[in-house]
Amino acid sequence: MASVLERVTDIVSEQLGVDKDKITPETSFVTDLGADSLDTVELVMELEEEFDVTIPDDAAEKIQTVGAAVEFIEANQGG
Amino acid sequence: MKRRVVVTGMGVVTSLACKVSDLWSAVLAGKSGIHTLSVFDTTGHKVKFGGDIPDWQTDGYIDRKDAKRIDRFTQFAMVAAIDAVTDSGLDFSKEDPFRCGVVVGSGIGGLNEIETQNERLLTKGPDKVSAFTIPKLMLNAASGHISIKYGLRGPNYAVATACASATNAMGDAFKAIQYDDADIMVTGGAEAACTAMGLAGFANMRALSERHDDPQGASRPFDADRDGFVLSEGAGLLVFEELEHARARGAHIYGEVLGCGASGDGGHITQPDAMGTGAARAMQAALTDAKLNAEQIDYINAHGTSTPLGDKAETTAIKSVYGEHAHKLSISSTKSQLGHLLGASGGVELVLSLKAIENNTCPPTINYTTPDPACDLDYTPNVPREREINLIMSNSFGFGGHNATIIAGRFAG
Repeated sequence: MASVLERVTDIVSEQLGVDKDKITPETSFVTDLGADSLDTVELVMELEEEFDVTIPDDAAEKIQTVGAAVEFIEANQGG
Repeated sequence: MKRRVVVTGMGVVTSLACKVSDLWSAVLAGKSGIHTLSVFDTTGHKVKFGGDIPDWQTDGYIDRKDAKRIDRFTQFAMVAAIDAVTDSGLDFSKEDPFRCGVVVGSGIGGLNEIETQNERLLTKGPDKVSAFTIPKLMLNAASGHISIKYGLRGPNYAVATACASATNAMGDAFKAIQYDDADIMVTGGAEAACTAMGLAGFANMRALSERHDDPQGASRPFDADRDGFVLSEGAGLLVFEELEHARARGAHIYGEVLGCGASGDGGHITQPDAMGTGAARAMQAALTDAKLNAEQIDYINAHGTSTPLGDKAETTAIKSVYGEHAHKLSISSTKSQLGHLLGASGGVELVLSLKAIENNTCPPTINYTTPDPACDLDYTPNVPREREINLIMSNSFGFGGHNATIIAGRFAG
């Protein structure tokens, strides 16, 4: 099974239309990939669906990078 | 004094062809763009044929990220607009952006998105409705996205008059240039209502042909055995430009837009006025606007959707406006090849009418086999006809009782 990082990378690549090899844990959605406010809402929704987690709005605001998304998911995913 | 307006670029998306020259050849050859619908599952639907575009892709036109955020009808509009702008030779980076605008019509807007997100709402709950739902489904998204693509900051809005949308939009674009609100307008219509809800809704109105055994023969405007229209999708976009602006840059001119007219039936929400009074008023208003006599018109691209009542009412209306000349005109309905692109139809039909002028050839009404005594004009049956065409009229009528007519002519300097 693909790692959380690989699966997040797939979703970010698909949602924001960027090649996977340009995405690292340090990649920022807004600064590096040009995501706007609607993109980030949509991205959070996709992550929630893929990993079956709930990302509250205050937590979502803090998830600025691919790595931060992976950390949140690994800490909150149901076992 | 009103300024003169010419057409300098054209682009189309249809089930028959997506390049203007290919479309013109196919229409003249009498080919039909109608087939078994495959862009969605038609299981359980009474009607299963239409003019959808199954292998639609936007590569080379819209980038991957944007394409996900743009509904199908706006994708059609964007691709047709990009082809029209390319065809015009305009470089918008050299134009004053405040003098360049967009008016695109659509009958319904983002029906695909409405259905997709409604499904998510009902199955997954309100939190799973996409953040892009509203900016995708809104009918003005096509005008908005075209302006964003080229940085156009002049007049920008959408027109929704059902199947008259594109023609009303083009009428507005024409006037925006005439009255000096803009020098360039990207205009026309786009529609993508070949969806489960679109098909079921029109079928249950009994508006669609049910000629299941012969889909390509189903759209038969003015023929005695017509039984309804055929649902299609696509777009027709044109670049309208102020004459001196076009001349100054040596642009190719397809023709001059000379007049437009509009009216309302004020009668029934879907049924046409049996006497075609509203339709006649729109045609007469366009002639008056163009300062032309009815006898000067050579060719009418009819609304001609292949419905029993509509084609008869349009024939009655044409006769009331044209008198004896109605029998000397060439008339055709290119919906016989393309089906009905609803709010996009007027855009595609003005493109074909300008090609008719360019080639001095009337496109045919195909599938015409049995004359209807109530439709007794010359509908250019089955094969194209060569004749001198200097002035054309194109009609579009929509649910709601909307009637729109546009007149264009050969550019003669």
